[in-house]
Amino acid sequence: MLEEMAVCRSGMEETMNYSIIGYIIGWVLNLEAGLMVPALVTALIYREKAGWAFLLAMLLCLLIGLPLTVRKPKNRIFYTKEGFVTVALCWIAMSIMGALPFWFSGEIPSLIDAIFETVSGFTTTGASILNDVEALSKCMLFWRSFTHWVGGMGVLVFLLAVLPMVGGSQMNLMKAESPGPTVSRLVPKVKSTAKILYEIYIGMTVLEIILLLLGGMPVFDALTTAFGTAGTGGFGIKNDSIAGYSVYIQVVVTIFMILFGVNFNIYYLILIGKIRQSTKNEEVRWYFGIIGAAILLITFDIYHLYGSVGKAVQQSAFQVATIITTTGYSTTDFNLWPQASRTILVILMFVGACAGSTGGGIKVSRLLILFKTVKKELHQFLHPRNVTKVKIDGKTVEHEVVRQTNVFLVAYVMIFAISVLLISIDEKDLITNFTAVAATFNNIGPGLELVGPASNFSIFSNPVKMVLTFDMLAGRLEIFPMLLLFVRDTWRKF
Amino acid sequence: MKIIIIGCGKVGVTLAEQLVEENHDVVLVDESPAQLQEVPETIDALTILGNGASVVTQMEAGVKSADILIAVTGSDELNLLCCLIAKKAGRCQTIARVRNPVYSEEIGFIKESLGISMIINPEFTTATEIARLLRFPSAIKIDTFAKGRVELLKFRVKPEFNLNEVAVSSLQEQLKCDVLVSGVERGDEVHIPNGDFVLRDGDLVSIIASPQNAAKFFQKIGLKTNQVKNCMIVGGGKIGFYLAKQLVDMKIQVRIVEKSKERCERLSELLPGAMVLQGDGTDRKLLIEEGLERTEAFVTLTNMDEENILLSLFAKDQTSAKLITKVNRISFDHLIDRLDLGSVIYPKYLTADYILQYVRAMQNSIGSNVETLYHILDKRAEALEFSIHENSSVVGIPLMDIELKDNLLIGCINRHGKIRIPRGHDMIQVGDTVIVVTTQKGLNDIEDILKK
Repeated sequence: MLEEMAVCRSGMEETMNYSIIGYIIGWVLNLEAGLMVPALVTALIYREKAGWAFLLAMLLCLLIGLPLTVRKPKNRIFYTKEGFVTVALCWIAMSIMGALPFWFSGEIPSLIDAIFETVSGFTTTGASILNDVEALSKCMLFWRSFTHWVGGMGVLVFLLAVLPMVGGSQMNLMKAESPGPTVSRLVPKVKSTAKILYEIYIGMTVLEIILLLLGGMPVFDALTTAFGTAGTGGFGIKNDSIAGYSVYIQVVVTIFMILFGVNFNIYYLILIGKIRQSTKNEEVRWYFGIIGAAILLITFDIYHLYGSVGKAVQQSAFQVATIITTTGYSTTDFNLWPQASRTILVILMFVGACAGSTGGGIKVSRLLILFKTVKKELHQFLHPRNVTKVKIDGKTVEHEVVRQTNVFLVAYVMIFAISVLLISIDEKDLITNFTAVAATFNNIGPGLELVGPASNFSIFSNPVKMVLTFDMLAGRLEIFPMLLLFVRDTWRKF
Repeated sequence: MKIIIIGCGKVGVTLAEQLVEENHDVVLVDESPAQLQEVPETIDALTILGNGASVVTQMEAGVKSADILIAVTGSDELNLLCCLIAKKAGRCQTIARVRNPVYSEEIGFIKESLGISMIINPEFTTATEIARLLRFPSAIKIDTFAKGRVELLKFRVKPEFNLNEVAVSSLQEQLKCDVLVSGVERGDEVHIPNGDFVLRDGDLVSIIASPQNAAKFFQKIGLKTNQVKNCMIVGGGKIGFYLAKQLVDMKIQVRIVEKSKERCERLSELLPGAMVLQGDGTDRKLLIEEGLERTEAFVTLTNMDEENILLSLFAKDQTSAKLITKVNRISFDHLIDRLDLGSVIYPKYLTADYILQYVRAMQNSIGSNVETLYHILDKRAEALEFSIHENSSVVGIPLMDIELKDNLLIGCINRHGKIRIPRGHDMIQVGDTVIVVTTQKGLNDIEDILKK
């Protein structure tokens, strides 16, 4: 007890526990150095000179990371505030360090471009500033795709699974990094929960790689494509993304994109044999319902372009999957599709995947809460004294969560509007600007018109790229951790 | 182990905090969302909203694979029901808090016929603890090991003991009795002393000894060792009742001051051997009239912490009686400790400690061999009792040749009921139980005492 009081007292002297924040950032950087090893190996296999850029970047990561992690901080008390700030800072640090190989090697000459590309990778957006992807060396392509895989489930979740962290509120880290209105533990311990999530994640990725290899895809392509799908990222290694591969591969990718957009809790339930319970999840049912309806409508709309039902279904399914799960692969230039189909895809951009998946967007569960709240309010007009609660899966959604969801939407709209305004300085048309923000803020990748699947983000000026980079980070971390960095109270003493 | 705790009150949360620290998987269940929200985020445990006695909730909490279910909600009946359901739904051990005196007299029957492993009555436990302190008033706190054969006693060094500036190593020669100084609290510091450590007046010293040796030790330094002859209790609630009953059985004269007329009448029916006084415990005149100055022990058990503390401060000013203060709220315990009120009793800690002891004992049967564990020295150190079942790298080697961790002390070896305070030539043997005092937390096995 006394120890706790002492901690409280020292906590008062310093508003934020900087030592633990530094400690965790240090570990994230050490981890990042480790994560660059596969890219380095790729460089060795293909005998590419660009490998030295990774060596240098790894060295820098360790140079900053190791001193920060030598001493375990004495004060391990960790409040929500520290959790959110740590996650935001970690992602920024990680993105900057991750951009170094591109920059050092000169393959992306501008640092801002390199950071854009890396943030796009870690946040699983998949928006690129590269005109010619195929011109990059293999190791750079590998690193680009690998950042998707790392960012998909989250670096800190990984850290929680492997780093022994006694005490402290680790849940706060997970809350800040995992998408969705609420984060639930699968098992009592955060560490075990994080482990289970990563086991499922790795398992599914391996399964996809195997299936892609069976379809005759080269090993390098299979690995990078699977990383992009698993993280719902969307960096392709070809200029035409997935369009050049066989129908089998496109179908496999479609299915796995949809699977990675499902709440991972469902897979856990299936793994422990509670299959019936897993089929009852309202969010997942709605998710599949929306996908089904969108595919149906678009197929109907684009049938005349392809002439055969099979081809139309395959194309519409791929595009719907890639947009709703916020992946961003493409097999066709949907910018050229009829207006109705284009509009449906833009709406899907905002829907996003399920909470607790690797996808981005507003999330089906949030929309479900919002939809039910509206319904409840309408009901209230008819029966003003009626007392009802918003329920999901038969359980009452607590008022706190409803409120947070509402606030999330408001913040979402505000940032969206401000971003569109800011990037309008580049004199691009409104559809381009609007979908560029939608595609980055929702971590999708391609938008419409000038940022459509066949084009890229290199058309924008540097300030605009920085705005979009912020949007990607804010979208991935679900706004609040990033916004907290700009609140003065966060940094003020007392 | 997997442990389900039903009821997230103070006891539930204290338990969860400790059990998580000891690396168990903890699931907390409560019916009130507000209560669950109060569970500190620093506790790494799953929380589940629902009625703990419902099978669905228990299933969700994983009762099927749970090892222990602890029911500590506010209601006795609900706690018992939780345990009954858990027995049928899973195969776990169950612990229930039951405080109604009517049930507690039937504890044996309830435990046996309902198959509940442990029933804890916080008020009764608290009363027992207080009675133990009154039997040995010189100590501020007494913990027992090895089924009562070893005690860990805490007392404050006063100038009349002539212990100021005495080194721990010369203590034994000076007093010629076998005790071991296992810990010293000085101001905010906590020390596990070695032989060169020098005691000062005002230190809070913890010693390990057999009860006989402890008595001898206290006699030699000039402390009272006999149990008190009379006692004044303020507050005639459940604890007061249980305590008075035990004290009367120990032939101690008891005076209970209680405000409520009705309760007084009931008490006088139940406690023919005690003197029941109707009046306000904070009435100074009443206390002095009834012999506060002459009483040997003064126990404050009202429902108001502030009142209890104030009364004890007043009594401290008036008498040199042994003071025991009950404090319910545990948030400010270190401040209260500084007031030097003698013994302070926290019923909530006691309840949690008792349950923890059971959980640890259960864990023994599946691996770790910690028999008992106490938090001592302001919760900054632990005293653990290990049983030595098999040969290990600490067995059969003279203690002076073993390289121990820093801030760690082997307090006592219990060999077939014979207690010895270990010296350098002694060895640990198979079949012993060994008490270790340390500030290093998380020891699970006797080999953990070694420096690595």
